[in-house]
Amino acid sequence: MQRIGVFVCWCGSNIAGTVDVEAVSEALKSEPGVVFSTNYQYMCSQAGQDIIKNAIAEHKLTGIVVCSCSPRMHEATFRKTAAAAGLNPYMVEIANIREQCSWIHKDMATGTEKAIILGKAAVAKVNLNAPLTPGESPVTKRALVIGGGIAGIQTALDIADAGFPVDIVETKPTIGGKMAQLDKTFPTLDCAACILTPKMVDVAQHENIRIFSYSEVVEVGGFVGNFDVKIKKKARYVKEDVCTGCGICTEKCPMKKAPNEFNMGMDNRPAVYIPFAQAVPKVATIDPNYCNMLKNGKCGLCAKVCTAGAIDYTQKDEIIEEKYGAIVAATGFNPISMDKFDEYAYNQSKDVITSLEFERLTNAAGPTAGKLLRPSDGEHPHTIVFVQCVGSRCAACAEKGKEYCSKICCMYTAKHAMLTRDKYPDTDVYVFYIDVRTPGKSFDEFYRRAVEEYGVHYIKGMVGKVSPEGNKLMVQASDLLANKQLHIEADLVVLAAAIEPDKSARPLATMLTASMDTNDFFTEAHPKLRPVESPTAGVFLSGTCQGPKDIPETVSQASAAAAKVIGLLAKDKLTGNPCVAHSDELMCNGCSSCERVCPYGAITYVDKEFRMPDRTTAIRRVASVNTAVCQGCGACTVACPSGAMDLNGFKNAQIMAEVDAICK
Amino acid sequence: MKVAYFPGCTLKTKAKELDAYARKCAETLGITLEEIENWQCCGGVFTTARDEAATKLSSVRALKAAGNANQMLVTVCSACHNVIKQTNHAMNTDEEFAFKVNNYLGKGEEYDGSTKVMHYLELLRDVVGYDKVKEAVKKPLAGKKVAAYYGCLLLRPNSVMHTDDPENPTLIEDLIRALGGEPVVYSMRNECCGGYIALENPDSAKKRSNKVTDSAALAGADMIVTACPLCKFNLETNGSKLPIVYFTDLMAEAFDLKED
Repeated sequence: MQRIGVFVCWCGSNIAGTVDVEAVSEALKSEPGVVFSTNYQYMCSQAGQDIIKNAIAEHKLTGIVVCSCSPRMHEATFRKTAAAAGLNPYMVEIANIREQCSWIHKDMATGTEKAIILGKAAVAKVNLNAPLTPGESPVTKRALVIGGGIAGIQTALDIADAGFPVDIVETKPTIGGKMAQLDKTFPTLDCAACILTPKMVDVAQHENIRIFSYSEVVEVGGFVGNFDVKIKKKARYVKEDVCTGCGICTEKCPMKKAPNEFNMGMDNRPAVYIPFAQAVPKVATIDPNYCNMLKNGKCGLCAKVCTAGAIDYTQKDEIIEEKYGAIVAATGFNPISMDKFDEYAYNQSKDVITSLEFERLTNAAGPTAGKLLRPSDGEHPHTIVFVQCVGSRCAACAEKGKEYCSKICCMYTAKHAMLTRDKYPDTDVYVFYIDVRTPGKSFDEFYRRAVEEYGVHYIKGMVGKVSPEGNKLMVQASDLLANKQLHIEADLVVLAAAIEPDKSARPLATMLTASMDTNDFFTEAHPKLRPVESPTAGVFLSGTCQGPKDIPETVSQASAAAAKVIGLLAKDKLTGNPCVAHSDELMCNGCSSCERVCPYGAITYVDKEFRMPDRTTAIRRVASVNTAVCQGCGACTVACPSGAMDLNGFKNAQIMAEVDAICK
Repeated sequence: MKVAYFPGCTLKTKAKELDAYARKCAETLGITLEEIENWQCCGGVFTTARDEAATKLSSVRALKAAGNANQMLVTVCSACHNVIKQTNHAMNTDEEFAFKVNNYLGKGEEYDGSTKVMHYLELLRDVVGYDKVKEAVKKPLAGKKVAAYYGCLLLRPNSVMHTDDPENPTLIEDLIRALGGEPVVYSMRNECCGGYIALENPDSAKKRSNKVTDSAALAGADMIVTACPLCKFNLETNGSKLPIVYFTDLMAEAFDLKED
């Protein structure tokens, strides 16, 4: 039999205003197991805690009930108090008589009655509580960053600077991501490469960072502090450690018809290539889809010209296995496909381009060496129409676009419009918008400059149709403020395509058992208070894989994620939550129901030998809970048809006792 | 194969040739169009007022009749097709609307929404197949540059019609190709001809229609084909320099079914 103490808090007048605290402590005195009951003005104060400590010692209490605020507020406080008095902290129960009682009732009689009932339920539960001890697990002091864009780069650098080894896995042959493709960056207009490439070099030279480029994560096992990851290093047919990046092979390669991904397919590259001059690692890669030697064994020119002897046509994919304490997802974004937006004639005219293509057209390292020329005929365009929100904020057309705002388009379109007017003052620039959204430091000032100083025509309204007529693009649009239809004869149309998470994010989330929203953005543990952590312990989020972001915001979030990782890796051991599920193996019938509902992948099935009553042994398939991964949500206990699954601290019997006490 | 057929008013008056050739061509392709008994005008326009049931009753009755005969319901006129397909969609997705309509129909006569609605052009593409159309061609339309004109009603709203990509359709172009002609793609082929605004504001309809015909002419077309009597009326009335013909006319010519 437990010896239970009840402590009713007034919370000043917060509780005592609508609950007769004296009556509550009096009523609970006669509950089974209760040997002491009192009330006090502020139970969480030092004096209040002393009352608890003294009572535990004086009355030899084995369990306590605190009738106070939500356990989210002070459960930890009272657990510490109990522990200080020598009581197992899990012998403490909180009856929430503030948020769920005094704050929502106006009538003292009702409030008091309910507070007594809630107190009785907590007493009934404590009667069945058992001391719990949290387990411990070691921490592998190495982090994995998946994605080598600016988000992954910043996260990796910050973790590495704190002294922990970091691996970056990047699917492309080089790190740098989308930012490497950009020309200038808003709102200060510094060149993207000038601020990004030094960081890329820092990554390459950092003693704590390894880069696995042209690689992908194929398997993730384990749990926080102890992830087991398999990384596939795709064959690039060039020995990374031998290649000097001189680029002779790329010059001599006779197959020069592969679409250049880095320039958004607007020009071609050779079959053996280095994506761009400042690539990291600066190593050539052979594209097996275009290389004649790999396709039909005829050529071999690159191997002949390579003075370092780095070419290796026999290279195979390689699997690397490594242990990590923490994993950061930084998989980034892509513009959505324009295939379903034929009203803008993207597939019908070369002169209708996306904003990312426009970046390449204005970039000095792009297909036109930075001169703004029409893709169709290489002429300088004199009228350019920018269309914002193509596929963004598209609630009515969910099958085509995205419901959300892509957030970055207003600013980069203002940048494109401004830079065009600056470099080519003879060009008329129109921007069609639903709303202009430019919150952010120095952002609105930037947009105003585009309108007021650079004379960009901002028109509220959307483009309904772009029709190629001859070498012109007839743009049909509405001006909502002037209430009239517009017809503009344009030379170039630029679509601000919505952005979406990279396609690799969903399979990765499955591997990590990390949750995603309906748009395939990773979900954060709390949208306001834990924005860089996934609900899955040990998995962190960096950059646009969590939601649309510009560069300043991405970098802030990347550093925040790094701080969380450093906090985790700095620990030698992780203390677990003892309120986890466990399976009564004798009752488990091996049905897998619990395994299917577990959102964290904490349950596996094992074949185990059992001694049967007749002294024979039998091998049975039973559930086994990994207590380090289990988050104690209790889904398995509900799903288990045989009642074998139970949750420590919230056992079925305890919950039923609470319900019984409430219904008595 | 037999299908239920809803000709619509215009096909009995101004657009008789659309009706006649539709039937003949279908027979050539092994399909019999069985005209629904006692069909009534579709109403001409699918009103967007959600609580308006009376004008949709004729469509529902036609759908019910086709369903009773276990046949899909085929139309040739774009406007009739649009009204009937949208009505069918409303019967399937809007419980309140379906309840109201069924109250009009009376006990035991309720319509359950199960009839499949197809435009004649969809029938050619999805049921007959263009290969079979090609086989039936006796006089290919060699050298003829034909501009397909879709208008609005055949394609929109796409979420209900699902006829083709409303912004870049290929349905009629593929048929022209099967008939041996040369389709001319022009940007205004899915724009509105002005529709019923021709009654109230003829200038506006003229502007819209001329945009379509000018664009087709600029693209080098010899003729424009359509499935919609109202489109044909508007384009012709507003002085198209190109001949406007029904797609069934073109088919009859290629199948060598024309008498003159």
